Amino acid sequence: MGKVAVVGAGMTRFVRRAQETGKELSYLAARMALDSCGLTLKDVDAVVVGSAPDAFDGVHMKGEYLADGSGGWQKPTLRCFVGGATGVFAPIVGWYHVASGQFDTVLVVCEEKMSSCHPHPQGAFLTIFDHTTERALGPNLLWIFALEMNRYMTVHGITKEEIALVAVKNKKNALDHPCAHLGSEITVDDVLNSEVMAWPVNRLDVSPASDGAAAIVMCSERVAKRVSDRPVWVEGVGWHLDTAYWTNRDLYYPRYVEYAARMAYDMAGIKEPRKEINIVEPYDPFDYKELHHLEGLLFCKPGEAAKLTVDGVTARDGDLPVCPSGGLLGVGNPIAAAGLMKVCELFWQLRGEAGRRQVPGQPRRGLAQAWGDLMQVGTVVILGI
Amino acid sequence: MSVKITHWPGTSLSSADFAEGRVLTVRGGVKAEYAWDAGVAIGRYLEELKRGRLVARRCDGCRRVLVPPRMFCEECFRPTDAWVRLADTGTVQTFSISYVRWDMVRLTEPEIPAVIAIDGASPGYGILHLLGEVDPKEVRVGMRVKAVWKDPAERRGAITDIRYWAPIREGG
Amino acid sequence: MPERVAIVGVGFSDLRSCTPGVSYKEMMFEAATRAYHDAGVDPRKDVHSFVCVSEDFWEGTSIFDEYVPDQLGAALRPVQTITGDGIQALCCAAMLIRTGTARVVVVEGHSKYSDMRTPHHIQQFAMDPILNRPLGAHANLVAGLEMSRYLYESGNTREQCAMVVAKNRHQALLNPLAAYGARITPDDVLAAPPTFFPLGELDAARPADGCFVMVLAAESAVRDMAGQPVWIAGYGWCTDAPSLESREWGEAAYARLAAEQAYRMAGIASPLRDLDFAELDDAFSYKELQHMEALRLCRPGEAGEWVEDGVTRLDGEFPVNPSGGSLGVGHLLEATGLHRVYETVLQLRGEAGPRQVPGARRGLAQSWRHVPTTTGAVIILERE
Repeated sequence: MGKVAVVGAGMTRFVRRAQETGKELSYLAARMALDSCGLTLKDVDAVVVGSAPDAFDGVHMKGEYLADGSGGWQKPTLRCFVGGATGVFAPIVGWYHVASGQFDTVLVVCEEKMSSCHPHPQGAFLTIFDHTTERALGPNLLWIFALEMNRYMTVHGITKEEIALVAVKNKKNALDHPCAHLGSEITVDDVLNSEVMAWPVNRLDVSPASDGAAAIVMCSERVAKRVSDRPVWVEGVGWHLDTAYWTNRDLYYPRYVEYAARMAYDMAGIKEPRKEINIVEPYDPFDYKELHHLEGLLFCKPGEAAKLTVDGVTARDGDLPVCPSGGLLGVGNPIAAAGLMKVCELFWQLRGEAGRRQVPGQPRRGLAQAWGDLMQVGTVVILGI
Repeated sequence: MSVKITHWPGTSLSSADFAEGRVLTVRGGVKAEYAWDAGVAIGRYLEELKRGRLVARRCDGCRRVLVPPRMFCEECFRPTDAWVRLADTGTVQTFSISYVRWDMVRLTEPEIPAVIAIDGASPGYGILHLLGEVDPKEVRVGMRVKAVWKDPAERRGAITDIRYWAPIREGG
Repeated sequence: MPERVAIVGVGFSDLRSCTPGVSYKEMMFEAATRAYHDAGVDPRKDVHSFVCVSEDFWEGTSIFDEYVPDQLGAALRPVQTITGDGIQALCCAAMLIRTGTARVVVVEGHSKYSDMRTPHHIQQFAMDPILNRPLGAHANLVAGLEMSRYLYESGNTREQCAMVVAKNRHQALLNPLAAYGARITPDDVLAAPPTFFPLGELDAARPADGCFVMVLAAESAVRDMAGQPVWIAGYGWCTDAPSLESREWGEAAYARLAAEQAYRMAGIASPLRDLDFAELDDAFSYKELQHMEALRLCRPGEAGEWVEDGVTRLDGEFPVNPSGGSLGVGHLLEATGLHRVYETVLQLRGEAGPRQVPGARRGLAQSWRHVPTTTGAVIILERE
């Protein structure tokens, strides 16, 4: 297996409604990633596109539509798609393009233009449910989060107050992110008093729908040493997809995230993640998901992640900074782009370039994770310097 | 280079930009209609719902009783072995009280979706459905419920042949 | 050097114009069961990774990858979806194996076209929402425009395109999987009603339902397998211009670039000399000719004569589409490329029965993702 490096990163601002089209957003992020490492499109051997449902952009076969914006014109271009987990999966596809020895330099671009979907982006999620046994009941996306959150709270006896601390932390962290859609200083009471959407989910428990794009440049060791003074290395990757029969699973624990994490830890030779990883960017489309995922990633025992938050361990200046970027809750959630934003954040943090978001103590290793489908898929990337 | 970046691209629009015609949009939709073949397992499941019954498939490899039924066992990767009739009672595994529609429009009456583990299926194996005849404040995980069926003449061979699931009252 | 990769098992579900008796899940289970039996593997124990291809709007389900693991024996395993043709998934599987982190990888692609009630609207939804869709044209108009320019540039004729249709549908009569085998003449094709002239009704492949599953293995794992290995010698894929406005109308540049990548990898200098047959995309009649030229099997403008002279017939010097192609077998959405690979594997194993190409040692399969895309892939397979 060849070593694979990340040598460049870029992203657009995440906004409610972007003036730019999906193609233009992709271009802006891709251009920025290439510029950041002094490469041009001529240096790129292959392109990986990540984007969530076609229904957002309102274009069937969206990967083909985005090909020029993402730099894929007349190149080997692929779009991967594992639902919400796509943003951390696209760099895994980029990794195997390079680690296989097939390509030296790969551009990975993730884009989402959710505001194109009318009357509401959530419309794209109505058809994620089984067409025969579920859709007739009129389910919407909030249901699955509410059902999972309730099960998680009930099994472990976790309170909404404890969970709300995650939203408070991440939205505050996002105040320092120049691309953030929803950075703000809020309190636990603000979360608890915000509108109840689908109990136990309140409005401020949820990340916003956004438009945006992110991109990274990945390359082989040979190229990395030539083009970069501080390459960040891919140390581990993992992904797992659980059964589609989600009503046959106990939702309190994301086993698929654990399996994905173990796959990545094995590859990176990590035995004790809590001690060996310095920054975590778990997927946080809802505040409880950050806790759920920290447990699945084996940073603590099931049911104990809330305490880490309460004790300040996961604060940016805590012992284990979690979502120093501001996460999806704060920076915004253009689905696939949001996942890749987490990988960009690790890249900047590990190189000591995260500015006001920089976590103290020269972090050497970070983990990004995303999640998706019917509470079903986990994707994990571990980067180190 | 994050610290050296001074300009982050992307242009945010406001509602006024649209209202005042400062940006243009092109509207359009897709006529995407489907008639999904239910297949062998779900086909039978729907037929039985029409008769007012819930059925599952049993796998003799792992001894699980699977609902919704499938003709293959995903754990053993072999065909499942037999049809099993289930009760129309079960236990709430988790629930939500939903106050908004998918497009975030408020509902006048909340809906109560739940995962209901069905009696007779493997422990914890359930389906997604709705609860009814219950005060939202009284719903609990672990609550026992029973299917409330549509009249036979109204049933169409669909999951909605069960109107909703209502609490089983103690002693009732 | 990364390990060599082989296809060690293949499986199919019956290809039909509609399949009302089974759900897509049951269809996938059937194909997977056959493939695992062919390779002698247990998916729950022996397979390290799964790669599927699908597009949400073909399925009528957002985030369709949710629904693939169970019927493949892939629940709680590394599974991924590529929104591309099945040959692109094979490329991904081969790359995964070449990283050294997975030794056995499964690829799946299917078409449940008959579930769609408005397929033409859905196909049109792939066109640019701002520049093209408001004009209201059917997506196959793109093929009409392309055919027109291709015939103009190459000097090939509508009559020669009609011969491709007659050849492929006739060859499909020898293929028990094929849904559209028929004894028709080029005159029948030319007499059929025009759709997007010069394209006529019989110039377009008709859709079919079906599923293909394949098992790939690293060389070090092949000896544990029951199936006869067919080696992957090279592959490539490419996306050309993403808009109609910037499209190359005469030449299939995506096929040329994908083939160059595959030839380089396989060490092929002269495709015609180094290959024994090819399964080429023929979603439309002219495409087979256009792709022969793009893949340097013949010189530009020569493909028409070849079909006229019978060179590409099953009993010709260089058979093209011995399976009957998409025109004879049916178009299978993203599984189309996998069908071509399936045929190539049978040919190289010497299991193609009455349509066996004698002494076939090395073959090529190529796919195109249909209108309005300019995406295609190429894979070259060989026997020991």
